[in-house]
Amino acid sequence: MTNTHQELLRCSGLGRRYAGVPALSGIDLSIRGGEVLAIVGENGAGKSTLLKMLSGVIAPSDGDISVADADGVLRTVQLSSVRDATRAGIALVHQELNLAENLDIAGSIFLGREPARFGFLDLHSMQASARDWLARVGLDLDPTTPCGALAIAQRQLVEVAKALSCNARILILDEPTSSLSAREADRMLEIMSELRAQGKAVVFVSHHLDEVLRIADRVVVLRDGHCTGVLERGAYDRDSIERLMVGRSIEPTEQRAARDSASVRLRVSGLTSAHRRAHPVSFVVKTGEIVGLAGLVGAGRTEILEAIAAITPHGGEVHLDDVELRGNTASRVRRGVAIVPEDRARNGIFAANHVAMNMSLAWVDRNSRARTVDTSAERGVVGRLMERMQLRPAEPDRLLHTLSGGNQQKSVIGRWIAVSPALLLLDEPTRGVDVAARAEIHAEIRRLADSGTSVLFASSDLEEVLMLADRVIVMHEGSIAGEFTAQEVDEVAIMHLATGGAPTGSRTQTAARGKEHRRGTKL
Amino acid sequence: MKKNLGILGIFLVVCVVASVFGQNFLTGYNLMNLTQRTSLFAIISLGAGLVIVTGGIDLSIGSVVCLAGITTPWLLVEHGWSPWVVIPLVLAGSALIGLFHGVLITRLRLQPFLVTLCGLLLYRGIARWMTSDQSQGFQGEFAGVRSIALAKFPIPLVENYQIPATVIPLVVLAVVIGVFLHRTVWGRWLLATGRNESAARYSGVPTAWLITMAYVACSLLAGFGGMLFIFDIGSAQPSDFGNFYELYAIAAAVLGGCSLRGGEASVFGIILGAATLQVLRTAIILLGLSSQLEFAVIGAVLLIGVTADELVRRFSVRRIERKQT
Repeated sequence: MTNTHQELLRCSGLGRRYAGVPALSGIDLSIRGGEVLAIVGENGAGKSTLLKMLSGVIAPSDGDISVADADGVLRTVQLSSVRDATRAGIALVHQELNLAENLDIAGSIFLGREPARFGFLDLHSMQASARDWLARVGLDLDPTTPCGALAIAQRQLVEVAKALSCNARILILDEPTSSLSAREADRMLEIMSELRAQGKAVVFVSHHLDEVLRIADRVVVLRDGHCTGVLERGAYDRDSIERLMVGRSIEPTEQRAARDSASVRLRVSGLTSAHRRAHPVSFVVKTGEIVGLAGLVGAGRTEILEAIAAITPHGGEVHLDDVELRGNTASRVRRGVAIVPEDRARNGIFAANHVAMNMSLAWVDRNSRARTVDTSAERGVVGRLMERMQLRPAEPDRLLHTLSGGNQQKSVIGRWIAVSPALLLLDEPTRGVDVAARAEIHAEIRRLADSGTSVLFASSDLEEVLMLADRVIVMHEGSIAGEFTAQEVDEVAIMHLATGGAPTGSRTQTAARGKEHRRGTKL
Repeated sequence: MKKNLGILGIFLVVCVVASVFGQNFLTGYNLMNLTQRTSLFAIISLGAGLVIVTGGIDLSIGSVVCLAGITTPWLLVEHGWSPWVVIPLVLAGSALIGLFHGVLITRLRLQPFLVTLCGLLLYRGIARWMTSDQSQGFQGEFAGVRSIALAKFPIPLVENYQIPATVIPLVVLAVVIGVFLHRTVWGRWLLATGRNESAARYSGVPTAWLITMAYVACSLLAGFGGMLFIFDIGSAQPSDFGNFYELYAIAAAVLGGCSLRGGEASVFGIILGAATLQVLRTAIILLGLSSQLEFAVIGAVLLIGVTADELVRRFSVRRIERKQT
């Protein structure tokens, strides 16, 4: 058993340059067994670069990494591949999960190192030991379940089990909770502290400061490729971390004025999605109003958004400005519906194309003369959109996949700004986006709403719902569990309904209690 | 233009080899013949390119060439119909075949490979059954109609070489498709659909309609090509006319820079690709190689070309990325 708090890894003067430009420099860091180390920073601060160097995905341009050997002596190592890192006891759990969907759990845990006898797979021992590793991460699943059938949270835990089965002493988790619901995220954090108790070193990146505050023994703050501080538990709070991240504290946003007198923009009546046997839902969104759909993952929020945009067929009726919406997505987009999907990589971006093409696709037809693309006008509009969204770097000719997640998301949202949509549907508008980009995206959504666009968004991030929405619709298992205005809403009330609690009689009481939680679970 | 350099290089190498080692390559007659065949194959290759841009494939091109090509003299000669009826009818029929493919692919979500593979068998079978497998030809008549494909335009001061009439539809189609792909909204949408169909749909692009239209255009061009082929050669057997033409068309499109993953195309590249294949076929004969080697040589050159192209692309992508990160 590893001696707890033994130093397992040390890097000194670690840095990485791309084409001579430093992305990260002068990182001195030690990682000890039995501790949880959080790495925080805005997008582009160098978090991913640091993780990639520690896990052997890219080689450092400066500095050394030393890893403790069996006797606990630190030795300098060259981590030139993921294999090297695995051998040194370092395992990375990716942000984008990459389990083979067609393999079962046991098969993916042992992918590439299957136990075999005389060249035949030893399925029996493979499944037996897979079951052991699953138990270590608190998963009670049959190892023969195909990975494609697992929920995201379960897949993530399978990946952790896989990392543990490689005898990893240092586990690196890249945004482990970004796609989990609040309850699943809690479970993930519990498992991280169990791993800590077992003497493992757990390194994780997170945009959710609450998680960091709850679990981290030490916090490494990065800004613009430098380490701006390493804070020990007890020596940090939210404000000090935020100041180190952005050089200033983030102000909570103002409440928007009520929209009681505005006309009804969207009327949904008896809507059912063909993708789920859900209950029919009915609600309205007024002109210029921002309505948030809250609920647990799988509560049916995405289905509602995609049905309104006709991405999936639906039953019931949808009226926009008192005229029924019919036909496919393309015809609804012409009517003024805009949708920003949840799965950016699959449904949002054209990764191998230029930023300009990505941002102009939604309006290139409206900006054309006789259906001919007016290239120079297109450039002009894209330039203004990039300016308005503060998209960095401001180069329309860059290939989209070279941008950070936050900037990619800005390009997908920015696509719709030029058409001033009547109704903007957003599914997880700031997933995997850093604090500053998130604030900019929120500001842009508010600007659009102020100019008359109605916004309907779904978010698993309760603080986002509270910060952004004028009105909150809470969903539970496919139907609407309740509705709040911004004035009366709080986290406790939302979670109560979202987890299947009965609507409370005295709302004021819960609201008063909730004010203390107003700062939110997630940031 | 940069992405056409590879195929341009291969084309020039093949031409130089053919003219150095084959005595008759640079004769007017041979060049005229080459231009004619290149035009005909380039027309059907452009159609294949449009489908490949969407990330799909059309294996039925050869059979549509056969059905349209065989039906034309069959209706004109056997049934005595007027060319004014037959030509629009055959073109409309070809477009309908494409519509049929497009609807099966976009509405029923069948795989393009399967739909057009069935088409390949279906249309050839219909052509053979309809004509009782008898050779169809113009029997020396219809010279006026056939001149669409057979007329030659002399160039002043140039002897021995005249421009074949099929160059005209090719140039018109190339310009129209080139402008369509790179200048119009529809072209932008089609390329976006090929890159990421789902993201295009979320952006309000009518993807199903565009994909259907790509299959309509492909079959229409195959039918038009089939008509020109039969005008050119005069008579043909339903059992072998147009055999493997889909593979020539797909090969030309791929050589010309279309990615089978979709989202990329170059009209100029496709025409160069079609020309390269025709020069290769001629070179095999002129160099005195056994004509049985034809497929082997074409297969080998295609493999070399595609491999070289992929390596060059990977290198340049890496260079761009290094510059941008």
